[in-house]
Amino acid sequence: MNKAIITVVGKDTVGILAKTCVYLAKQQINILDISQTVVQEYFNMMMIVDLAKCSKHFEDVSADLAKLGLGMGLKISCQKSEIFEKMHRV
Amino acid sequence: MININEVLETNKMILEENLDVRTITMGISLLDCAEKTVSATCDKIYAKITRLAKDLVKTGDEIGREFGVPIVNKRVSITPAAIVGAACCRTTKDFVRIAKTLDRAAKKLGVNFIGGYSAIVSKGMTPADELLIRSIPEAMAATERVCSSVNVGSTKTGIDMDAVRLMGEIVKATAERTKAKDSLGCAKLVVLCNAPDDNPFMAGAFHGVSEGDAIINVGVSGPGVVNHVLRTIRGADFETLCETIKRTAFKITRVGQLVAQEASKRLNVPFGIIDLSLAPTPAVGDSVADILKEIGLEHPGAPGTTAALALLNDQVKKGGVMASSYVGGLSGAFIPVSEDQGMIDAVNAGALTIEKLEAMTCVCSVGLDMIAIPGDTSAESISGIIADEAAIGMVNQKTTAVRVIPVAGKKVGDSVEFGGLLGHAPIMPVNKFSCAAFIHRAGRIPAPIHSFKN
Repeated sequence: MNKAIITVVGKDTVGILAKTCVYLAKQQINILDISQTVVQEYFNMMMIVDLAKCSKHFEDVSADLAKLGLGMGLKISCQKSEIFEKMHRV
Repeated sequence: MININEVLETNKMILEENLDVRTITMGISLLDCAEKTVSATCDKIYAKITRLAKDLVKTGDEIGREFGVPIVNKRVSITPAAIVGAACCRTTKDFVRIAKTLDRAAKKLGVNFIGGYSAIVSKGMTPADELLIRSIPEAMAATERVCSSVNVGSTKTGIDMDAVRLMGEIVKATAERTKAKDSLGCAKLVVLCNAPDDNPFMAGAFHGVSEGDAIINVGVSGPGVVNHVLRTIRGADFETLCETIKRTAFKITRVGQLVAQEASKRLNVPFGIIDLSLAPTPAVGDSVADILKEIGLEHPGAPGTTAALALLNDQVKKGGVMASSYVGGLSGAFIPVSEDQGMIDAVNAGALTIEKLEAMTCVCSVGLDMIAIPGDTSAESISGIIADEAAIGMVNQKTTAVRVIPVAGKKVGDSVEFGGLLGHAPIMPVNKFSCAAFIHRAGRIPAPIHSFKN
């Protein structure tokens, strides 16, 4: 398991999830969990994914997703999950 | 499993509240670089530093990108240069050659500072220690990235007042030698008491002789995060206030711990310590002064400031200790003036004086830091300020430090711009009454009675 957290933040629009998932599928990145919420009219989505089968370098995936986000006017970031686990779990 | 609110909280800390890892500092022992000639010593120093730390900047940047948290500085600290150069340096020029070698190594690596142009003289100075100290003004003028520190006292040894007297002169001379840059050399020079061997923060970082061959120390930060969370509990009682700071300090420190472990693993260098610090920057919202205001002070310097800072410092440590397997360094809240916009505002408002800052240093993590004073302040008065701080450190068994900048040609009412993380500062007045007769006594102040614990 090589877990990462993908976050998508921005104005809600059609196809955010679809486009993101198409990219992830192409890279063999498995989605473990998805949740979303709307905060102050902003769409916030979080995915927990597993990159174990992904052959691309982590930083390249991260850069691809950021680029994909830009095309939709969104901020997409991909971070290794440990930063959240360490911060919020004793 | 992590939930969305936790993810959003972490990313808000990073994106809006200036959460970052302030520094990954690689400590490198240069004890095995001491040779009979200066040239051979410099060659070995350069080779060892550039070999061990060659991937430091790249690895730090990679970790930052993968976890999505900025790692602001990558730095190197070395064995105090006075020890490394003791066998070969016969003149101050010889030591300056070592300083230039360190500067060259720092530039090759891409690190913004290298610390350890230092002498540990808490009980007395060897000839090499004194030579290094006398070379500091030239070394600070001839280099860009080298930081210098001198430890003049400790709880165990007392205070070496000969070194304190000399350092007053050296600080003045450094200001004069770097006057074209508003005496910037003094921003890279700190005088300490009870200096820790594993401090990752500049200008006082050096790799003590108690350390191994190489080590990774990490300094965390996050005053903006603490300030933001305190805004959500305005008016709450002290128990709530303290618990909130403690919980936040825990979260901030866990990020540092993660980064330190990753850096240690990837660089194949043992993890040393996390320095649990609230280190401000001149950026808006990244201020320790703003936390003190949020706790309930109109400005830092108002009555109650020392108590508020004591509370803050203690809670940061309590939260941080739980979050990290090894803590060390300076650990606590930093209160530099030029590097904290809220402190600058407090000085400009007339709320904060050097005397009040001195009181605050009794309960914070370090000391009088980044304070610009008039260029005509006497060397004896600077020694007096150093002696006062060293006494606070010695008696309270804590680290204290003085990094004052007697800006050549400037007086109270002027201000000075150092740029970048070093910030800008108004010139603060210094008590004009003389301490010259006190400073000119020779010898040392004995260790305090409570140091005898054997």
